[in-house]
Amino acid sequence: MTLLRAILLRLLTTAITLFGVAVIVFVVIRVVPGNPIAMMLPPGATEADILRLETQYGFDKTIPQQFMIWLGGVMQGDFGTSISTRQPVSGLVLSRLPATLELSIVALIIAVTLGGTMALLGTRFRDSKTEGAIDVTAGMALSIPDFLWGLVLILLFGVLWPVFHISGRISPSLDIDFTTNFYLFEALLRLRFDVIADLIGHMVMPALALAIPLAAIIAQLLKQSLKETMHLDYVTLARTKGYGEAKVITREALPNALLPTLTLVGVQFTFLIGGTVIIERLFSYEGLGNMAIDAVINRDLPLIQGIVILFALIFTLVNLAVDMLYVVLNPRLRHA
Amino acid sequence: MRDARADVRRPVGLRLWLSGGWLSLLTLAAIFAPLIAPQDPLAQDLFLGRLPPFWESGTEPGFYLGTDSLGRDVLSRILYGARLALIVALVAGTLTCLIGATLGLIAGYYRGWPDRIISRFVDIWMAFPPVLFSILLIAVLGPGLVSIIIAIVIIDWTRFARVIRAEAISQGAMDYVASAQVAGRTKFGTMLAEILPNVLPTIVALLTLEMGIAVIIEAILSFVNLSISTDSPTWGGMISEGRISVHQAWWVLVFPLITLFLTVLSFSQLGEGLKDRFDPVLR
Repeated sequence: MTLLRAILLRLLTTAITLFGVAVIVFVVIRVVPGNPIAMMLPPGATEADILRLETQYGFDKTIPQQFMIWLGGVMQGDFGTSISTRQPVSGLVLSRLPATLELSIVALIIAVTLGGTMALLGTRFRDSKTEGAIDVTAGMALSIPDFLWGLVLILLFGVLWPVFHISGRISPSLDIDFTTNFYLFEALLRLRFDVIADLIGHMVMPALALAIPLAAIIAQLLKQSLKETMHLDYVTLARTKGYGEAKVITREALPNALLPTLTLVGVQFTFLIGGTVIIERLFSYEGLGNMAIDAVINRDLPLIQGIVILFALIFTLVNLAVDMLYVVLNPRLRHA
Repeated sequence: MRDARADVRRPVGLRLWLSGGWLSLLTLAAIFAPLIAPQDPLAQDLFLGRLPPFWESGTEPGFYLGTDSLGRDVLSRILYGARLALIVALVAGTLTCLIGATLGLIAGYYRGWPDRIISRFVDIWMAFPPVLFSILLIAVLGPGLVSIIIAIVIIDWTRFARVIRAEAISQGAMDYVASAQVAGRTKFGTMLAEILPNVLPTIVALLTLEMGIAVIIEAILSFVNLSISTDSPTWGGMISEGRISVHQAWWVLVFPLITLFLTVLSFSQLGEGLKDRFDPVLR
């Protein structure tokens, strides 16, 4: 019963947060100096033309009125019309969302793999030079943000030793007639290995840039909790049973040490998704973040609004999912 | 058993010296940029476009780290770019710290409705992608140094508020705080005289980290061409140009990138080092 109440409370605060985000974005972008309508018309447009378009986009009403109209539309799935492309915002945003989701998920997989390996190696060879090297590497990796790692990767694997693509999502020459924009998932399902290879070749660099700081955090935290777990009695018991050290770590210590890391990875994953904005720009990757920066430069108010709300929704959903997962995985909370 | 503290202390010292050294060097270079810069950072000369750094062939004397596609001297631009980067680090970092730490302290020590309001705002802020938020703010505020500083303060105050709030909560629960109040201090007086000194080490460490973050945000904003006017030299602007011509002139990207990399690394290592040094357990 308390669990149900906690979940309902969580959903309520999530809704309040999203509402707050919507209000702030709405107000902030409407105090932009300069008329976005005047910018989209060719020079020489008459006052009447401007006025007509302003009415069409609803900019002639007060901000609270505009907000209510917008909110009413959102409830029906209508996020308005983009000013720069004159297409529905929902369609534009949904066409780019798969690219960003695929990039974030691949980055997360890389981060967990790299970070997990470092933590396990650090625990296996604890108090040795290996652990020291892992600590220093993780400390460095953590101090430098994804934007700089992206630039370093461009130099290393795009220029010095050009093995990966450093711009775009897919080679334009490639013939794809996919039904969804989830290119990677669809290519995996259709077993189109040429497409998979091309997509990965484009994705590795931006995904790695996003993954490095998160991998460092996972390495540090997981190693910390593994080392704490290694002193517990049940682990000693496993060792006296004659299990090898590697087996003790992966079979006995790891399941218990995972839980604190999981919560942190959830929060950090939202930071990673936020990082896609500049990383997509850096690698000319056609995702949501790249579109967002263009929207800001073009003063495309409805599009900016739609993208920011979508990001906020993803962030809150990830946090919600992690909280749920925590309850499911934590035996102490499972029967509450 | 050997003393574990010795292991911890030694690298901390080295870390502080290296990062502090680089930042001092950079500060001096920024202050004396007009005296030491070999060229005018804005002077264009298309005949001197894309000159390589001094150790390669085909260089001109006086252009030590080469020139960009417009013939502007890379070294001089890095030196002048350091001025903007450090001003942003110092001013934006300090303001963010003051506002965020104050709110965090109030929320964590007073609890009740101030805490509820501040925490609710922190939650809302956490749902914004920071880079997108900063770009949006610059679009609203218009480009310029003041806009960048305001944008950084608006985005990043939560970083201080969250950590200081948690620290203030744990400090507030301690006996010495209760005894201070029994001894007749007011609630506000206790916060300033008892809580603040105890969270100050954390604040200082966070401030140093924040300065590095401010440098990065400024670089990102000038990378997407939203920082200050396009003819002022900025590291991010140079990196943006260098990214485009990376296959023809790698030096336009590499030198500002190395400078930015070392600066951000130094700020964060300094912050981490200070945190360890202030940590009573390790001290």
